[in-house]
Amino acid sequence: MLKIRNLEVGYGKLKVLRRISLHVDPGEIVTIIGANGAGKTTMLNTISGLLRPWAGEITFNKEDISKARAEQIVFMGCSLVPEGRQVFSTMTVHENLLLGGYVHHAKKRRHISEEELERILGIFPILKERDKQLAGTLSGGEQQMLAIGRALMAKPKLIMMDEPSMGLAPLIVKEIFNIIKQLRDEGNTVLLVEQNAKAALGIADRGYVLETGRIILQGTADDLLSNRDVQRAYLGRDLDAENR
Amino acid sequence: MYWEQEKECMSREDLEQLQLERLESTLNRVHMNVPFYRKKFDEMNIDTDAIRSLKDLKRLPFTTKDDLRDNYPYGMFAVPLRDVVRVHASSGTTGMSTVVGYTKNDIKTWSNLVARVLTAGGVTKDDVVQIAFGYSLFTGGFGLHYGAERLGASVIPISSGNTSRQIKIMQDFKTTALVCTPSYALLIADTIREMGISINSLSLKYGLFGAEPWSENMRKEIQDKLKIIATDNYGLSEVMGPGVAGECLEQNGLHINEDHFIIEIINPDTLEPVPDGDTGELVITTLSKEAFPVVRFRTRDLTRIITEPCPCGRTMRKMQRVMGRTDDMLIIKGVNVFPSQIESVLFEIEGTEPHYQIIVDRKGAMDDVTVLVEVEESIFFDQMKKQRELIELIKKRLASELGISVEIRLVEKKTIERSEGKAKRVIDNRKF
Repeated sequence: MLKIRNLEVGYGKLKVLRRISLHVDPGEIVTIIGANGAGKTTMLNTISGLLRPWAGEITFNKEDISKARAEQIVFMGCSLVPEGRQVFSTMTVHENLLLGGYVHHAKKRRHISEEELERILGIFPILKERDKQLAGTLSGGEQQMLAIGRALMAKPKLIMMDEPSMGLAPLIVKEIFNIIKQLRDEGNTVLLVEQNAKAALGIADRGYVLETGRIILQGTADDLLSNRDVQRAYLGRDLDAENR
Repeated sequence: MYWEQEKECMSREDLEQLQLERLESTLNRVHMNVPFYRKKFDEMNIDTDAIRSLKDLKRLPFTTKDDLRDNYPYGMFAVPLRDVVRVHASSGTTGMSTVVGYTKNDIKTWSNLVARVLTAGGVTKDDVVQIAFGYSLFTGGFGLHYGAERLGASVIPISSGNTSRQIKIMQDFKTTALVCTPSYALLIADTIREMGISINSLSLKYGLFGAEPWSENMRKEIQDKLKIIATDNYGLSEVMGPGVAGECLEQNGLHINEDHFIIEIINPDTLEPVPDGDTGELVITTLSKEAFPVVRFRTRDLTRIITEPCPCGRTMRKMQRVMGRTDDMLIIKGVNVFPSQIESVLFEIEGTEPHYQIIVDRKGAMDDVTVLVEVEESIFFDQMKKQRELIELIKKRLASELGISVEIRLVEKKTIERSEGKAKRVIDNRKF
């Protein structure tokens, strides 16, 4: 579905991604784990068309999207749930969701797919309760759900999520990740960028480990969970202490 | 039957993407974690970020057996020793042994790939698998053992040697699949015959043989004598062990597990890649190894890529059975001679047994080759004339195959020492 080959990108003179190749197949959750500054967000922003690649290929369903505009990419079925949710806080929950469907509705003269809205409110019942509330008044977890719901309104084939666990209490993280898993089980495809490697690998099918702009490991989530480097660096296990 | 259909039958396009991704992370890891590679890449001014396709691979340096020896024992490991759960050493077919290591994940991958090879060779979880490879530093025994267990078969870890006991267990435990070297399979077959046991009283169905080169004729002989389907499999400890490639029931070349290994065929003299289909030295880059990744390892094994698609449905390309090694190639009177050539000639001649030994001497400045050939007993009872005729026939055929003349000595059955592991085919007495 998504295929990246030898991607290079950066800001000004600073090269952030040095040479990245990865792919996402339909129906799977693929996670990219890595520390702060490894280049995870840069990668998602590049796929989304917010940053221009310096070199390399990005294809989405066999179409080259490396030069496409951000809204075109969303229209083609590749949506981003941005880091820090970025909901429109002075608008209502309802309005936020409608905006998510903008790429489709605008062409049909603001014809709103009530069906789509209902489907999403079915996944996130709490948003239905908060329908008329301003998005800025929601809790962190609710805002994250709204951000995901908003992205789903564009009927994406691939949902990219940037750090959905950020700043959320462990219980809420669990809830959000259950929803991501549920989305996959319903046939959606997810590219999940996370610092919380344990949670991400817990639900993912495959993963890539990004370090300073390069992928140093990749494989099934199970293999990565049992890789000692991953355990030491990302799962916070003190292996030496365990062996003592 | 497939073990992992979605992998073994994946499209070439998906496979190429996967290879690129895995090559990328392997290069990043060896550059980061293996001083040997970091030094070598830096010395040669190689920017691993500039390796952008499988074609760029040829810009990377080779890894040779000598490199591994120079870093004996643990110098090539890419992970700390505390992450290594198993150590093996090469069987040392030629020269000093080299040490290789495996992480927990490596063992998992290895078992899985061996399970693929076993499945391709006809083995299922319902089989009783007798593993007559040595259980030791050599990867053959443990490699096949873990793979067969992963498959769910019933494994008999008998190890090599004690042929009559092998046969007794084969009878009593109702072994359905035999795993060993092809030369040992022949020895077992001959011993069964000598013991007066009917092959039909055994339950054998499949044989998976490897660890040494063998010929198509030898396969026929083993299949006839043991009444089994015999397939070839390939691997070497420096790269992983068995499980690198294995034949399917088409019996026409070994599917390479290309999602875990990139293979190249090079001309051993110019070191340049040869066109697909041409014979040359096999070079392997590992794609998923954690503890012991190697980049462009020169195997010294000679083979070629079979480009035609396989009717079995696997998309992994095939390599022809290994024809010999660049280092067991004999240069006799300036001509390159492989033991396998001599073997295939002998197989075609009525009255000879599949046991032979090549003795090379130097008389004065000239190379002198004598081939000892075991022949059926009946020939020794017959007249001298028949023996002479046979010698002349073998000489003539060998001369036309090899382009040099060799001496032939007929010997009685069992004269040549039998091997329970790898057969010793060549005795080179020349001193250079």
